[in-house]
Amino acid sequence: MNGEVMNGGGPVDGSPPLLKLENITKRYPGVLALDRVEFDLRAGEVHVLFGENGAGKSTLISILAGAQTPDGGRIQFRGQTIDMNSVHHARSLGISAVFQEFSLVPQLTIEQNLFLGAEETTLGMLNKTALHDRAKEILERLGFDLRPTQKVAFLSRAQQQMVEIAKAFRSDLSILILDEPTASLTDRETEQLFALINQVKARGVGIIYITHRMSEIRRIADRITVLRDGRYVATVDASTSEGELVRLMTGRVIDELFPKVRFEPGETMLEIEHLATADGTVSDVSMTLRRGEVVGLAGLVGSGKSEVARACFGLIPVAAGRVVFAGADTTGLSPSQMLDRGFFYVPPDRRDEGLMMMRGVRENIVLSALSEPEFSRGPFLRRKAEAAKAQELAQRLNLQPLRIEREVDHFSGGNQQKVMLAKSLTREVDLFVFDEPTVGVDVGTRVAIYEFIRDLCENGAAVLLISSDLPEILHLTKRVYVMCRGVLTAEVTGEEINQENILRHCFEREAA
Amino acid sequence: MADQEPKETGAQPPARTRSLTYWVQLGFVRLGVLPFLLLIALVVFTLLSDHFLTGRNLMNVVRQSAYLTLVSMGQMFALLTGGFDLSVGTILALTSVVGATAMAGTYAAMPDSAGLAILIGVLAGIAAGTAIGVVNGVGVSIFNVSPFMMSLGMASIGFGIALYMTGGTPVYGMPVEFGDTFGFGNTLGLPTPVLVTLVLIAALFFVVNWTRLGRYFYAVGGNIKAARLSGINTKLTLFLAYVFCGLMASISGILLTARLDTGEANIGATMPLESIAACVIAGVSLRGGVGRLENVVLGALFIGLVQNGMNLARIESYLQTVVIGSLLILAVVADQFRLRYVANLQD
Repeated sequence: MNGEVMNGGGPVDGSPPLLKLENITKRYPGVLALDRVEFDLRAGEVHVLFGENGAGKSTLISILAGAQTPDGGRIQFRGQTIDMNSVHHARSLGISAVFQEFSLVPQLTIEQNLFLGAEETTLGMLNKTALHDRAKEILERLGFDLRPTQKVAFLSRAQQQMVEIAKAFRSDLSILILDEPTASLTDRETEQLFALINQVKARGVGIIYITHRMSEIRRIADRITVLRDGRYVATVDASTSEGELVRLMTGRVIDELFPKVRFEPGETMLEIEHLATADGTVSDVSMTLRRGEVVGLAGLVGSGKSEVARACFGLIPVAAGRVVFAGADTTGLSPSQMLDRGFFYVPPDRRDEGLMMMRGVRENIVLSALSEPEFSRGPFLRRKAEAAKAQELAQRLNLQPLRIEREVDHFSGGNQQKVMLAKSLTREVDLFVFDEPTVGVDVGTRVAIYEFIRDLCENGAAVLLISSDLPEILHLTKRVYVMCRGVLTAEVTGEEINQENILRHCFEREAA
Repeated sequence: MADQEPKETGAQPPARTRSLTYWVQLGFVRLGVLPFLLLIALVVFTLLSDHFLTGRNLMNVVRQSAYLTLVSMGQMFALLTGGFDLSVGTILALTSVVGATAMAGTYAAMPDSAGLAILIGVLAGIAAGTAIGVVNGVGVSIFNVSPFMMSLGMASIGFGIALYMTGGTPVYGMPVEFGDTFGFGNTLGLPTPVLVTLVLIAALFFVVNWTRLGRYFYAVGGNIKAARLSGINTKLTLFLAYVFCGLMASISGILLTARLDTGEANIGATMPLESIAACVIAGVSLRGGVGRLENVVLGALFIGLVQNGMNLARIESYLQTVVIGSLLILAVVADQFRLRYVANLQD
């Protein structure tokens, strides 16, 4: 049976699928991450898992990789029910996963990383020559231009990604799981990856591929399974239209997801002139923002899009250029000075720099406004006013459950995001910068966040929307700046705002 | 696994019979380990000694605990911001030596003005102790030295200075009024150290809960990046945490000097451990951002209670340090269990 599949390349009707999942359920304390999910994978196909953050994709693949055990359901591998219980077990079946978060030890070399946990030994001692030769052989076979003795710490993100992929190939492979593998790759590296995928596909390996990008789905997908809120929605053919996929993913049609924003561009709020940061992440960026408009800022991870706003807000030292906010030169001012002038920056990672997770909602919401006369008299706090404001904002943003003294850590991701948004409403603000505002939130919260942004804009504030989520940029803005490697590559306006136009500018021009 | 967004299942465990274990668990999650430890200590020592549960002895405990209470409250500020201060013992010693030397010197020059001598001595001692806090604060906030290294280094420096100044011998010659008032005297019907401590507890309670600065200590320890994004001067807040800590430790040092009637370079050696233990037992998080002043006061009282109880039960002093160390570790372990329960009982 195996031989047939291996030689066949591509789906073979009649034979059992390589992998079949039935009724997979996974529960975390207080959370149902997967609810009776179905999935099957044929040999030699690329099966895309599609869904929003929090839909359960990551939980599903970590179960397949043996890192988590399901609480219910059945996993069949080559027609036989198996009880997957460890990463080691998964590996022995030829199932390898490349996660977004790398599992590499930076202090070790590539070859040491490749065989970590599976080192060849002779009489209990490492057989270093054999390991070196095998590492070299794997890298060559995959066409990766890497030296096995390089330290992983000195590699770029893309190169580290290659090492992760190479790791999957160290033993015989039957299923390869790739979690957004192109997120940090350049155009050329992406092409290389696709060629590699085709190569292993032809050898009968089944590939589970997680991506948000339509263009990739068009390029390599055979089938697509859509998950939503931990539930199985549908498995569809790769030719399914984008609108239909979004509908399946979100349970709404695009028009319902994105509100119409009324634009009335007024006076200029922010002018950035030839900005460059001291750390080199941004060089020579100029842009303007006006009241009453939502401006998009697009670009890949590491393009410097977030750093532009952070430099304006005083978080990154400015090396050259000028930032003019509300008519005054504010280059190099501190966050507290920028806040006082009406510039509010909502950071992308709420755990890392957005919220005090172990403190209550009330304290988080009013934190940035404590120096306002509304909340303090001299050095003393007006705790009644504080509680009243927090309660009002929590209600307005529909915080659930509505308990302003509860620790932020005990709320769901979407509700934590609402607390972050509420922070921006405690004081007078003329310019809001949202840096990846919808990462890790459910659809309901996403809609709430979009409506929040719309209301701000229609009330005359200037809004800068920094996002890697293209549909968000496409539907909410009328003017988009695109960045790549620290420089502005385009300003796209009006009718010209579409996926192709923006993506084209996100990538470095290949030397043509 | 960025995808595992918690979703409220809504289905809370059905209204089960609220058993005793449930309430104990809930109390444990809400209040931490301290009330349980206090209860156990009270029962055990009452059984071990007839003299333990008497008004006079308990007042004794309160008076003896005043010094640790002051230091622990200072330590709490360092812990709240996510650091700690290992130099509190040295601050006590330096305060004592500098204060006593200045006081004795002034008194010898002007034997008629004991009050002035006391004032100068107290101010000099507090200034010297607080100076260590200032240096700690500068190192941690401006030069980003880890609180561990900074305060460990300062502990060595301060101790060295205190020994150098005195050659290791006690400093005598302070006016008797100093010891009579601040060491053994009563004011408003309370032992003076207890009164001073009560006043400072009230003042710090107010600072922590009702001022912006108090809130900022929690914010800096809770998430220093978020605090910065919210426009808080994080460096200044960190700096002030160590200054507060130094100030509280030096006030404690002055009171202890009055009690001993001599300036000693060898006091306070157990203070770093005991003050951190008092805070941790009281539920102050070592990661910063969490802790309540009133619990810290109880934590310090608890340690005083245990020491007193062990003295009455005639437990050898060497073994006592074993007990204190064990309690500290027990408290940390209990806190880990608590975190596990929190997930189940989050409402």
